[in-house]
Amino acid sequence: MDAKLLPPTADMLRFLPETILTIAGTLLLLLEGFKKDEDSRTVISTLTAIAIALAMYGTVVAYGNPGLAFSGMIISDGFAAFFRLVVLAVGLLTVLSSTAYLEREKSSTGEFYVLLLFSLAGQCLMAAANELIMVFIGLEVSSIASYILAGYLRDDKRGNESALKYFLLGSFATAFLLYGVAWVYGMTGSTNLLVIRAALEAGVPSMTMVGAAAGLMLVGFAFKISAAPFQVWAPDVYQGAPAPVSGFLSAGPKAVAFAVMIRVFQTGFEAIAPRWEPVLWMMALATMTIGNFAAMWQNNIKRMLGYSSIAHAGYVLVAVTAHSTTGTAAAMFYLAAYGLMNYGAFAIVTYVAGRGEEHVTLDHFKGLSQRQPAVAALLTVFLLSLLGVPLTAGFFGKFYIFKAAIDSHMVWLTALGLLNSAVAAYYYLRVLVVMYMHESESTAHAPEIPGGLKITMWLTAAATVVLGVFPGLVLDFATKFAALNK
Amino acid sequence: MNLLDLVIAAPLAGFFLTLALPKSNASLIKTFTLIYSIAVFAGSLLLVGTALDRPSAMTWVTDTPWISTPAIRYHVGMDGVSVWLVLLSTFLTPLSILLSWKYIDHRVKEFFAFLLLLEFGLVGVFVSLDLFLFYVFWEICLVPMYFLIGIWGHDRRIYAAVKFFLYTMAGSVLMLAAILYLYNKSGTFDYPAMLTMMQTGKLSLTHLEETLLFLAFFFAFAIKVPLFPLHTWLPDAHVEAPTAGSVMLAAVMLKMGTYGILRFCLPMFPNSSKENANWIIILAIVGIIYGALVAMVQPNMKKLVAYSSVSHLGFVVLGLFSGNQWGLDGAVYQMLNHGISTGALFMLVGFLYERQHSLEIKDYGGVATPAPQLSTVFLVTTLASIGMPMLNNFIGEYLVLQGAAMINIWWAVFAATGVILSACYMLWLYQRTFFGETPESVRHHMHDLGGREWACILPLVALMIWMGVYAQSFLPSIGASNKTILDRTTMTTRAEVANNGR
Repeated sequence: MDAKLLPPTADMLRFLPETILTIAGTLLLLLEGFKKDEDSRTVISTLTAIAIALAMYGTVVAYGNPGLAFSGMIISDGFAAFFRLVVLAVGLLTVLSSTAYLEREKSSTGEFYVLLLFSLAGQCLMAAANELIMVFIGLEVSSIASYILAGYLRDDKRGNESALKYFLLGSFATAFLLYGVAWVYGMTGSTNLLVIRAALEAGVPSMTMVGAAAGLMLVGFAFKISAAPFQVWAPDVYQGAPAPVSGFLSAGPKAVAFAVMIRVFQTGFEAIAPRWEPVLWMMALATMTIGNFAAMWQNNIKRMLGYSSIAHAGYVLVAVTAHSTTGTAAAMFYLAAYGLMNYGAFAIVTYVAGRGEEHVTLDHFKGLSQRQPAVAALLTVFLLSLLGVPLTAGFFGKFYIFKAAIDSHMVWLTALGLLNSAVAAYYYLRVLVVMYMHESESTAHAPEIPGGLKITMWLTAAATVVLGVFPGLVLDFATKFAALNK
Repeated sequence: MNLLDLVIAAPLAGFFLTLALPKSNASLIKTFTLIYSIAVFAGSLLLVGTALDRPSAMTWVTDTPWISTPAIRYHVGMDGVSVWLVLLSTFLTPLSILLSWKYIDHRVKEFFAFLLLLEFGLVGVFVSLDLFLFYVFWEICLVPMYFLIGIWGHDRRIYAAVKFFLYTMAGSVLMLAAILYLYNKSGTFDYPAMLTMMQTGKLSLTHLEETLLFLAFFFAFAIKVPLFPLHTWLPDAHVEAPTAGSVMLAAVMLKMGTYGILRFCLPMFPNSSKENANWIIILAIVGIIYGALVAMVQPNMKKLVAYSSVSHLGFVVLGLFSGNQWGLDGAVYQMLNHGISTGALFMLVGFLYERQHSLEIKDYGGVATPAPQLSTVFLVTTLASIGMPMLNNFIGEYLVLQGAAMINIWWAVFAATGVILSACYMLWLYQRTFFGETPESVRHHMHDLGGREWACILPLVALMIWMGVYAQSFLPSIGASNKTILDRTTMTTRAEVANNGR
């Protein structure tokens, strides 16, 4: 191999989004050190938004140059582009809704945005990783930034608890993942997914060993997607983290963790699919059930959304278990839809919670429809979408997931999953009940909605409805690139 | 884009237009929604002529792609059955709006907007010919009714609203699973296409599959009907709902269930429908008698009428599963009759409530003295409800009993006791409310029907008489549509037998 100063241009283009995000993050970190005056906050948040927009453009460029990069470590395909766009969109929404939030909490510093950019870089890398070491690096970059974001309000006890819990359990899970990677390397002599697949297809050396390796990696992923029995951290973290960050954590990192999981299992471990399918089947059912039944008893909205995110992870796992092109497309669509609707719900919680996030129990939502009809109506859209009422993205996503499950002959999982979603109706309805059917207890004048938050709410609501009526806009793209290993 | 599409879309547009009106101007909101819904009704009247020309086939059909993968089509059309149910929905919506003119005094805008949204869902349910589309409309109906009960209802409204939502949701998710399964087998959600595939043998279901799919659909519909013992949500929802909510719920929403059985269960799963007919008929008869007996001991008028609905809907289910022309015709006619007469009963109970602010029968008595017109109208409605000849219910109940007698005389005998019992509880209610001593509070509060109230109730009374005297306006088209459905079931059965013989 001839030595070159720079890697080939095509490789660079395939890696463009991560490059942009990393450079922007580093520059902003320096900028933060130089600027001391108050206005620089808006400057930094604006620059962050621009950087994310540029990264989106970079994603399009990378998509235009499909193929492997850096000796097969990175893959630029439609699947990667899809998830890069999803996480970047979630990142943009986070920037939009955080500016006013940080102002309100008197913690407006540039590091928040820098951490966000690094986390996004890690997530984009995960989406495009074709190699287990890259997966690990992306995961770590993303996670470490996320841990800090979760505890960003350093004087907030719950925030600290949240960050610490997330960090300790997260590191533990990552260790499992890394151990699994080591086993795989030991057996196949490679960490490249394509090579691993070829090696396993040629012959499984020892089912016990491969199974253990896959199992160890599954533990790592299950933690990141908050699948049972590794879901316990999620409600605590979502409850304690700042609301915009909770929205971010429940949408972006989770989506991309699913992406990696799908890629690893449907590429690397394709050969032993009959072994992992039943495990995922059980996991999907347990995750849905635990999430839904636990959410029924919550009075704190953030905590309830935390449990609901577990339940939704269960639905997506159904799609992964289906193990088909339709299933993968359904998972992709659902993760995009879930990102939008759940972020919208968290944006509204951010607004209603008020300074210090004191108004986060159901009681504080009493009579919201009277005080703030538009906000209540938007939250209704998100909750109906999470519940799965037709003409919302959530309904179509769920519909398509269960269609994929039926196509893969998983009739029982479908029936149980759908019954689960009927159970879920109960706790989403509770919020509607307090918003619309109770009288307001507070007479305080509602504060004005900050601009960025307002845009986030309306944008996500509009997208939720549009994707519900015309799912083809996203689904066609997802379907086109869902066939990973064909 | 034909007239039917307009009639479907108009209420949705009306919903958004109403939301855009200024909140403070209540009379503008009421007037707008009233005129708008009357216009929708007028539009739906224009549909009738064409639909009655060829009642056995679908008319006003629109069939265009909506979502490409999976292939979901916007496929709507109406035959001799659905035309009347669409008309019932568009007819009762303006009446409900007029009915709520004074009753609703807070959050006026949302109330009237939700009534229009409900109309959108209901019309859509009765004309959908694509299973996915049907499910979409089916679920959409839930949302406005949930809010109508939960916001403007009585004391236990929240419990009732949530119970209503969860019951229906539990049933409909199973239907969704069945729809997905059928799509997996046939590759289409298009209902007529699916029926054709079943007839030509391209889509054949094993016995187990057919039974399970039938049960999944039937369970969703039976909850909505509601069939004994799945009826417990109904009394709660009715008692707690505001008057307009009760009227729409009883008169139209319950018909979604029976319509679903007629349109989907019977033609798609003819063998299962026959095999399971016995226990379903037994449940229907138990419902008829049980509903009537429970109605008899209710101290609360609305609950009484609600249980009478359980009883009346038992007749509809009995007719549907009798599997012959009389039964089916009677069932459909009874769906309309129940819509008219029970809708009117809920309206009249609402009038009484607006005057006395009580639903307890013991708080009334001798109402006939201060309010003779109200009493007369109530009597006509009562007589209609108990199946008096020359009034509408008589014809429907007669046909259902005839249909039931054709398969087993004992079913007709037991079901007929329901008619007798209905006379007991309704006349007893009438006696306790309108005759006897007039308490001071009643004398004080009770004034006779006003102009607006006459405008609400008169159309319904007129229809009771029309449908009772000249059923010929309605029955031929219903019969023709039902015949298509019946032919289909027998044809499929024959094909099955032929296949077995080979």
